[in-house]
Amino acid sequence: MRRWNLIGLIVSVGLFGAAVSCQSGEPGGSEPVVPVGPKPVDYKTTPYIWQKPANFPDPIYNFARNPMTVEGVELGRVLFYDDALSANGTISCGFCHQQGSAFAHTDHALSHGINDKIGTRNNLSLQNLAFYKSFFWDGGVSDLDLVPIAPIENPVEMGHNMGVLLANLRKSPKYPALFKTAYGSDSITTERFLKSLSQFMLTMVSANSRYDKFVRKEAGGELLPDELAGQTLFQQKCATCHAGELFTDQTFRNNGLSRALNQDKGRSLVTLRPEDKYRFKVPGLRNVDRSPPYMHDGRFLTLEQVLKHYASGVQEVPELDPALRTDGKPGIPLTGTEQKQIIAFLQTLTDFDYISDRRLGPN
Amino acid sequence: MYRSLLLTGLFGLAVWACDTADPDLVQTGTLHLTFDNVAGAQDLQLTTGTYRNATGESFTPTAFNYFVSNIKLTATDGRQYIVPQDSSYFLIRENVPTSQTISLANVPVGDYKSVSFLIGVDSLRSTMDIGRRTGVLDPAGDHTSANGMYWSWNSGYIFMKLEGTSPSAPTDATGNSTFRYHVGFFGGRDTRTINNLKTVTIDFGSDLASVKPAQVPTVTVQTDVLKIFEGPAAVSIAKNPEVMVSDYSQTVANNYARMMTYKGMTTATSN
Ligand code: HEC
Ligand code: HEC
Repeated sequence: MRRWNLIGLIVSVGLFGAAVSCQSGEPGGSEPVVPVGPKPVDYKTTPYIWQKPANFPDPIYNFARNPMTVEGVELGRVLFYDDALSANGTISCGFCHQQGSAFAHTDHALSHGINDKIGTRNNLSLQNLAFYKSFFWDGGVSDLDLVPIAPIENPVEMGHNMGVLLANLRKSPKYPALFKTAYGSDSITTERFLKSLSQFMLTMVSANSRYDKFVRKEAGGELLPDELAGQTLFQQKCATCHAGELFTDQTFRNNGLSRALNQDKGRSLVTLRPEDKYRFKVPGLRNVDRSPPYMHDGRFLTLEQVLKHYASGVQEVPELDPALRTDGKPGIPLTGTEQKQIIAFLQTLTDFDYISDRRLGPN
Repeated sequence: MYRSLLLTGLFGLAVWACDTADPDLVQTGTLHLTFDNVAGAQDLQLTTGTYRNATGESFTPTAFNYFVSNIKLTATDGRQYIVPQDSSYFLIRENVPTSQTISLANVPVGDYKSVSFLIGVDSLRSTMDIGRRTGVLDPAGDHTSANGMYWSWNSGYIFMKLEGTSPSAPTDATGNSTFRYHVGFFGGRDTRTINNLKTVTIDFGSDLASVKPAQVPTVTVQTDVLKIFEGPAAVSIAKNPEVMVSDYSQTVANNYARMMTYKGMTTATSN
């Protein structure tokens, strides 16, 4: 009897060890992950072939966890243009992000949302989102899949609640069928909703400007002398921050804007680090001519004003980025002609195919 | 000698058990963890109860929620059972009574003397694919989910939320005197930020939670909302009616790291 007890004890201790040894050291590693991609069942999706432009860096977005399909992209497009994403059915993503201005909104300095409420920041144009490490002027979100929750739940943007919104979509006449076409079942989950919006936004690739054709040595890629001179100047004076083919190094910096009228603390609002105070994401400059106004608070209406800022308006603030000091003085000396040449170059970044592509439009 | 031989043999068996993933070989049971929210000596009542904090301010809580995750049980022999990651996230909501008892299944049979967990959601899970954040971690789920416990503009979970009214709080535009404490911050994704994740260890004292196939121990942990206002620093509603994304959230988190204590244990036996 006692011996059996002992053996029993040993057995349970040993088995406990077994259970412990079965634990995977890697958090979240042991459980199976249900793939979201196509399953071999009675529905069929068409894979969407996403192509990286030849002159672009590798994308940041992890496509493996959100396999793109034609049906998923289409669902995302329908959602993007649906007013039902706002609390009172008046505002879609596309209301604030309009294709003609490269998915920016040009009428207002600060974003304009539900019930005419005014936000705190200028809209950002949308393009090449697959290549971005973080989103928003302060980089508060670093996963494209999570971006839509912010405008949907922002009381001055779409003013909705995600849980209520998804419940409404489940009851709607059209969405269960659209989700079924894209995912094989009509269950409308947070993941499917967000990932289809991502799929659509990932198709927003702008890489067919005259500048792109020029660097890829394609037909239609001729740059005029002033534009070429502007490109050289841009490389010297601006590309430290507006770097590479995305025209941003994706860092957060201060470019010496006056704080007289706007004290937005920028990146430090999300990191709480004093060194991030008044720093903002270096914005990419593709299609920049199409997406006024400029800067996080939309203070400049034209590129001329922007260039004037860099030439003579940069403020001596403690946070000013060193790349914007020349010989100890704030700013980048630029003659009137040089400013015009840089603007001419920036205008070659407009991608007319992109802003008129029917596949990206409301219909 | 004889015993260690036997153990070695068993370990071989154990490894084999892992390979073939036959759960029948490991005897397991269930353990319950109950969170009993109180305000000092009184039971916590949302919207009707009025309590006094260490600064002497009276207040009536209207919401009290917190995440409990990454649960580990420690047995009397020092071995630890780590609840599998995908089943180790819980959201305790004072207004959802069923959320206040956590059921841990598949716990290896044994005598456990303590439990430890995080108040909050660790950085790995906080930055994981949205498809791996379902249930209580779903920012868009129902009233039991992270809906309302998530910052969308600065992606991250709110680890602890305490909201209420207090005559000490300033009066807002609608004539109400409210205070709101939303504490989060897991240490940052690409940039280091503050980290308000707190590990809590609850020792069962002289009690043991004996897990057996036909025996389910329930460990009750008492969470005292008054402790949020005291401890390393006194927190005043008048001085800090809103604590959210700010450095001061660390002061609140350091206090609530001590809000839980062991209360007691019951054991249910079947047959
Ligand atoms: C009320 C206007 C408004 C609505 C509606 C709106 N947005 Fe935005 N969006 C903005 C503003 C303003 C910003 C920049 C905000 C900031 O950085 O703080 C922005 C930024 C973004 C960005 C980040 C771009 C970048 O380069 O970092 C994405 C992506 C985006 N929005 C997608 C969406 C989607 C998807 C929807 C619909 C679910 C949507 N937006 C609805 C105004 C809006
Ligand atoms: C030190 C880094 C830095 C340098 C150098 C720099 N910029 Fe910027 N640029 C920024 C930052 C940061 C912003 C956003 C600032 C804000 O909104 O607070 C910005 C914004 C802009 C914008 C507004 C874009 C939009 O969508 O609102 C334009 C246009 C621009 N810069 C053009 C230029 C040009 C042209 C040059 C060279 C003459 C230049 N920049 C040099 C950092 C820099």
